[in-house]
Amino acid sequence: MSAPAPRFRIGDVVRVDSRMALGHCRTPFFLRGKTGVIVGIQGAFHDPEKLAYHKPGLPRQVLYKVRFKQSDLWPNYRGKPHDHLEADIYEHWLMRISAEARSDSHAA
Amino acid sequence: MPEPKRKTELRQGAGGRAAHDVGGLDFGPIDRTEHDLALWEKRVDAMLILLTGPKKGAFKIDAMRRVIEDYGQQQYDSTTYYEKWIRAIRNLLVEQEILTKEEIEAKIAAVEEAMRASGRELQGGSVPWDDVGGRM
Repeated sequence: MSAPAPRFRIGDVVRVDSRMALGHCRTPFFLRGKTGVIVGIQGAFHDPEKLAYHKPGLPRQVLYKVRFKQSDLWPNYRGKPHDHLEADIYEHWLMRISAEARSDSHAA
Repeated sequence: MPEPKRKTELRQGAGGRAAHDVGGLDFGPIDRTEHDLALWEKRVDAMLILLTGPKKGAFKIDAMRRVIEDYGQQQYDSTTYYEKWIRAIRNLLVEQEILTKEEIEAKIAAVEEAMRASGRELQGGSVPWDDVGGRM
């Protein structure tokens, strides 16, 4: 079975969905609704949210490495301005947003 | 047996997140004390590897995460790492119809009886079944 084609490319600015999740999901609460940039494509994997209920986990979901600015995650962040955090987020939790909005802040 | 350090703070400002999902909440410093695993903990680890391996395939690790992540805060905070595992394993064996509650209870009763007969001390109590049951 061929892997699904990734919807996003490295450099795309994305927002993590802020929906509530029942059951098992691998999107941490503190990243929901936050904006980051795709910095890696990790492959396509069986969907853990479906595997959690003994389903086959299809269609497979592309997993991305997403980089967030720490100052976007924590109010009153006191570290360096360019500190960042990277997290693996599945494609069905990501939405593309306008690249212009954040094009200045995520250069690797 | 010393009482393990456990996180019992109310999830202030948790905003509806599940009990396990505490990233960014204030819990103070992490307890990094190392400790040896008890024999039963090693057995639980081995049991999970066998049950989720390709030969048995009783359930995926994601299913165990789902059961543990469905725990309420009180239950999540009052159980240790491998206590969470074995409770989830037990519930999934019932959910997947590999064992019945009655079979598990009967085996536990037999083990307890054998321990009493040999004069060994029983630790802990029974664990409620309230969170067993597949959905979807």
